[in-house]
Amino acid sequence: MKKIAIFFIAAFALLLGACSSDTDNKADEPQKEVTLTVFAAASLTDTYTELGKKFEDANPGVTVTFNFAGSSDLVAQIQDGAPADVFASADVKNMDKAVEADLVDGEPVLFATNMLQIATPPDNPAKIATFADLAKPDVKLVICAPQVPCGNATQVVAESANVTLSPVSEEQSVTDVLGKVRSGEADAGLVYVTDFAGAGDEVLGIEFPESSAQVNEYPIVALKGSDNSDVAKAFVEFVTSPDAQAVFAAAGFGQP
Amino acid sequence: MSHPSGPPAWTWIPAAGGAFFLGVPLVAMGLSTEWSDFWGLITSESSKAALILSIKTALASTIVCLILGVPLALVLSRTQSKLLASFRPLLLLPLVLPPVVGGMALLATFGRRGLLGQQLETLGISVAFSTIAVVMAQVFVSLPFLVLTLEGSLRSAGKRYEEIAATLGASPSTVLFRVTLPLVLPGLAAGGILSFARALGEFGATITFAGSLQGITRTMPLEIYLQREVDPNSAIALSMLLVVLAAVVMYTVHRSQGSKV
Repeated sequence: MKKIAIFFIAAFALLLGACSSDTDNKADEPQKEVTLTVFAAASLTDTYTELGKKFEDANPGVTVTFNFAGSSDLVAQIQDGAPADVFASADVKNMDKAVEADLVDGEPVLFATNMLQIATPPDNPAKIATFADLAKPDVKLVICAPQVPCGNATQVVAESANVTLSPVSEEQSVTDVLGKVRSGEADAGLVYVTDFAGAGDEVLGIEFPESSAQVNEYPIVALKGSDNSDVAKAFVEFVTSPDAQAVFAAAGFGQP
Repeated sequence: MSHPSGPPAWTWIPAAGGAFFLGVPLVAMGLSTEWSDFWGLITSESSKAALILSIKTALASTIVCLILGVPLALVLSRTQSKLLASFRPLLLLPLVLPPVVGGMALLATFGRRGLLGQQLETLGISVAFSTIAVVMAQVFVSLPFLVLTLEGSLRSAGKRYEEIAATLGASPSTVLFRVTLPLVLPGLAAGGILSFARALGEFGATITFAGSLQGITRTMPLEIYLQREVDPNSAIALSMLLVVLAAVVMYTVHRSQGSKV
């Protein structure tokens, strides 16, 4: 973005020097208004909203709008012709779908990772300490259904840890799992590290080493259908910058 | 000069629009169903489990609705009390509430940290994540349908026959079973079928209050919602099955109400 800024200043200076008589009009002319539409996985809602504001501040004239939803829904929408400039997925699988459908402009770049963590009510009624504790008979465990990405991750972790989980409920999404733990209905749930950010002290997070068996990687890419290819690519670059990485780290995301 | 009776001709245009709006989505879904695969899709293990659970729980909740709803409709339709009448909108509120709100309310009542749930928990009773929770969610949303339908029938039937039976020496219970209920039987049947249908379609309160586990709490609507994630064709096939079930139900209600007139 710096380059563009320098270009503007240089152009302005040239204009000033060349024809100082009619520069007043040119100076008042607003910069080109650009609206950048970013399709991003639901788990990025907080971080991307913050990054969007930072990007707008750094690039006057640019407005960033978001569409947050499940990654598979987003790919389907882009395929159906939804106007999007940038796509940030919560997993490589859905990004691959976008690449195969020839929707992307450039190579997808990884910008964050996420892992599963055990969530319990603050008083940890079932006294969960390890991943294996989740399989104890009296524990009311809630996980994501294997059909959705977080449930798929749960399955991979359980298999690699050789633990057979018998949940009382398989929920549709990670927020549903967290909801059941927050309300105290469930003794424990498996959610992503970053999901704890919004829950405050209503849930207790318990790390477990087995979670490293399934690290979710978040890729981002500019899209072919974009009318603002330069700005889209600048946003992708911004998301991988140290500034943005600090935002991700604060939310609990790992470095790719 | 006399005009033909009936609504003005121009009403046909918006009426056709309304009929289109309601009918076309169902036709479109029928067209996008893979009929060649239909049987295979609806007889998969998870689909069968969901269908059986849905029918079982909807039947159970209809029975509970009848046991609780018939007396409730009687009291509401026959009482003169202003106080009771003022409760009426409150009792029918679940009719217009989003079901997910109903689920939250049930959670606040029967959840582990709920108003009554805490006491139940100390007694060793836990309803969350059980089939009972599914039935409770269904009763919560479908009971008002039964009460409203039956109450209407009771009001239009009037009290004349009941009063005559009473002067002839029949006890209140005899009047109820021999006069009142036979009189409103079509309304009772319609109300029962409507609440069965509503229970069959229940989604929001169930997913909020009961959770989702195959064979225990995952009813047809929850299964459809989950299948959408991985296999939209199977989700559409299951949806068509529910459409057919609902059509049978509506047809039955239509007939039972038609026979009343």
